[in-house]
Amino acid sequence: MSEALLKIENLSISFGKRQAVHGLDLEIQAGERLALVGESGSGKTVTALSILRLLERVSLDGRILLQGRDLLALPLEELREIRGRDVAMIFQEPMTALNPLHSIGQQIIETLLLHSDLSPAEAREKAIHLLSRTGLREPERRIDSYPHQLSGGQRQRAMIAMALACKPKLLIADEPTTALDWTIRARIIKLLLDLQEEFGMAVLLITHDLNLVRRFAQRVAVMEKGRLVETGHTEQLFNAPQHPYTIKLLNSLPQREVEDVALSSPVLLEARKLRVEYPKRLPGWRGWFSSGRFVAVEGADLLLRAGETIGVVGESGSGKSTLVQAILRLIPLHSGSLEFAGKPLQQQNRREQLDFRSRVQVVFQDPFGSLSPRQTVERIIAEGLDLHFADLSEEERHLRILDVLAEVGLPRSALRRYPHEFSGGQRQRIAIARAIVLQPQVLILDEPTSALDVSIQKQILELLASLQRKYGLSYLLISHDLSVVNALAHRIYVLKDGEIVEEGETTQVIARPTHPYTQRLVHATL
Amino acid sequence: MSAALHAESPGTRIWRRFKRHRIGYWSLWIFLTLYGLSLIGELVSNDTPLFIYYQGNWFFPLFVDYPESVFGGQLPTFTDYLDPFIRAQLAAPGNFALYPPNPYYYDTLNYFSAAEHFPGPPSAENWLGLDAAGYDMTARLLYGFRISVTFALALTLIGTLLGIAIGALQGYFAGKVDLLGQRLIEIWSSMPELYLLIIFASMFNSSFILIFILLSLFSWMQLSDYVRVEFLRNRQLEYVKAARALGLSSGQIIWRHVLPNSMTPVITFLPFRMSAGIMALASLDFLGLGVSSPAPSLGNLLSQGKQNLDAWWISLATFTVLVGTLLLLTFMGEALRDALDNRIADDEPEEEDDRIHLSRESERAQASDAHSAPSTRDKLLEVS
Repeated sequence: MSEALLKIENLSISFGKRQAVHGLDLEIQAGERLALVGESGSGKTVTALSILRLLERVSLDGRILLQGRDLLALPLEELREIRGRDVAMIFQEPMTALNPLHSIGQQIIETLLLHSDLSPAEAREKAIHLLSRTGLREPERRIDSYPHQLSGGQRQRAMIAMALACKPKLLIADEPTTALDWTIRARIIKLLLDLQEEFGMAVLLITHDLNLVRRFAQRVAVMEKGRLVETGHTEQLFNAPQHPYTIKLLNSLPQREVEDVALSSPVLLEARKLRVEYPKRLPGWRGWFSSGRFVAVEGADLLLRAGETIGVVGESGSGKSTLVQAILRLIPLHSGSLEFAGKPLQQQNRREQLDFRSRVQVVFQDPFGSLSPRQTVERIIAEGLDLHFADLSEEERHLRILDVLAEVGLPRSALRRYPHEFSGGQRQRIAIARAIVLQPQVLILDEPTSALDVSIQKQILELLASLQRKYGLSYLLISHDLSVVNALAHRIYVLKDGEIVEEGETTQVIARPTHPYTQRLVHATL
Repeated sequence: MSAALHAESPGTRIWRRFKRHRIGYWSLWIFLTLYGLSLIGELVSNDTPLFIYYQGNWFFPLFVDYPESVFGGQLPTFTDYLDPFIRAQLAAPGNFALYPPNPYYYDTLNYFSAAEHFPGPPSAENWLGLDAAGYDMTARLLYGFRISVTFALALTLIGTLLGIAIGALQGYFAGKVDLLGQRLIEIWSSMPELYLLIIFASMFNSSFILIFILLSLFSWMQLSDYVRVEFLRNRQLEYVKAARALGLSSGQIIWRHVLPNSMTPVITFLPFRMSAGIMALASLDFLGLGVSSPAPSLGNLLSQGKQNLDAWWISLATFTVLVGTLLLLTFMGEALRDALDNRIADDEPEEEDDRIHLSRESERAQASDAHSAPSTRDKLLEVS
């Protein structure tokens, strides 16, 4: 085999006393597509950043050879020559990776001028050419756009154009699609594949998304807790994984675990023709006097039976979260009706409202934001009990808290701890405990697993399924991830731009999507 | 299962981190000691003995005014315990009197002083000298410090409470309440504070209470802005939504959820607000708009120092006390700010626990709380 383009030898990275990466060895050939896979905290991003020595206050050990030159030993001046010219990077969140005060054109041109001797006019020509290569429509106009004027997918394209500006030999892509919607992800991946072929560069893809790896990479390296546990060709690794961690990772794609619900099961929650509007500032002087309306959800009909799970799928901005908040009555409805257990929710007095609150509970997406950081777990769980079951004795209350804690699989010792001491998955368990301690009939799950690693996601989905079997809970599951919805939901609603474009049995919709949008979604995800 | 697992509340964590900042920690103790001493100033610096044993009887001149005749004097006027005759009487065999360490109150005029002129230089009698009116500098500095700090404490307390209340209402309810509140604050803050003080000082007898009321009417605005912003941020977070979904009322949510999470700027600013309060009182006194003469005040001493440049002990001592106080407060403020700043890592060893592992995610969460994660933009800049 020829000399590798990039050769990492015995790389160790530590932050102070904590070692993040232990003795890593990795090679990338010229023109190769290598995926570095691992869960959060496995050290994959740290490894990628240290190739260009972009981390501060870390100690690096070992050697990183780029075509025989040790990047760790180079003086900073020479390293800056390599950054951007030989090795380029794209990041996860294009909004924060682009400077909001400069147009994307200026940022691409800056890179070009820095590393080549083009004149500014030539550089601009080249930047337009690059942007058009990344599939950005109307590059002549877009080149003067500022990052906030572009959508997420367009920003990521601009980032890629910037990275490709100097025809790097190696492109490091750190979770390039994580922040994007599913349908856009597929396009960005296709774009990366095309460009890789055209430019013949090597790509190091950092990701936790196994679907992506399968589509993109030729070779896969798996990292666990700072160690490289397995490398192999993609097909080989997916078909016959060797290391137990790889096996666990591959098995963590969600499995469908759904029991049928009788049609005679009573209807718990029914929404008819829901319409939610937000005020929107009109442009120009008219905005001073009146405000326009932005319709977030339009004519949504939903039906949820006891013991059933319905999934609502859609991309960001499709109105999923608005729908949840409208159903929870956290934001006002503009028109339409909502019934819970046959009673309309609109004209409730305070007591009926409290009763509704205790029977419909919610688990939010962000396990870090949904728990108040200054309360112990016990206080967090007890808060609802104090409000809705004020007549419980101290002892009964404590027992119920302990029960629910065991139910979600947390130790007793968790009670006196604070949320910051727990990992994401554990926090999501606490959020679930807070919801089910009230013994609700309906649990609304707003992207319950999208902030979690795949193996943790699987555990949470299993927990939810077992809770449903045990208590006959109904779930309203909101997700952008079809595989998660497929794992839990009986029926599915596909939401696009605030309207439900398709609904039906989950398996049928996924097998035979009728609406073109659903077809795109299914194709992109599964 | 052991139930006694150590779980550190955010409060204790802040205290532990505060203690780690040595200068700030010691500043706190020195400040508390000095303020404590000034609070019991009547026992430290006073012109009456603490107690007297005279001819077989006990006397407590701190609480009762005794006529001179009781101690063998001629006149029925109240006793001047600095009178050498009385001193001799009290020191006679069989009698006993315990004087405070510094035998002057802030408004004691010593008619038997050895000083030839006022202001008089430091001497064994008056450790830090006498001021222009012949009062003992040590006593005046002690009581001046007490008044300054007490005034600043009260001002900080009122300003903080008002600031939190108004900022919380604006931030939590947002929308029209916020809009209206902001406009009112803008109007209010454009009132000329100093001129109001001058006008009021000339209309009424300038008094402590007047200054206090006027200053506290204006001192809450800066803080309410910070609290408002914290509330605007926190009300969007999911735990507030979760609390609403539980059915909690707005009051409960503000009190239990949003407020405890919005206190960082309030606590961080406390020492700096104290400094500002002390400086405000000193400046007003310096300009002659503050408390009137016999009352002890640092600002008044400073202006005396300015008028008597040859009496270096007045300026030097007052200056030292003021600077020392402000320095202690600044150190405390810095320590508090570091303690509350999540971007500064705890370098305590992580606790090992068999069941709950402190995961990287939780650290990352703390880091992102403080928006500290080095922004990808910076990295990108380095790349290109």
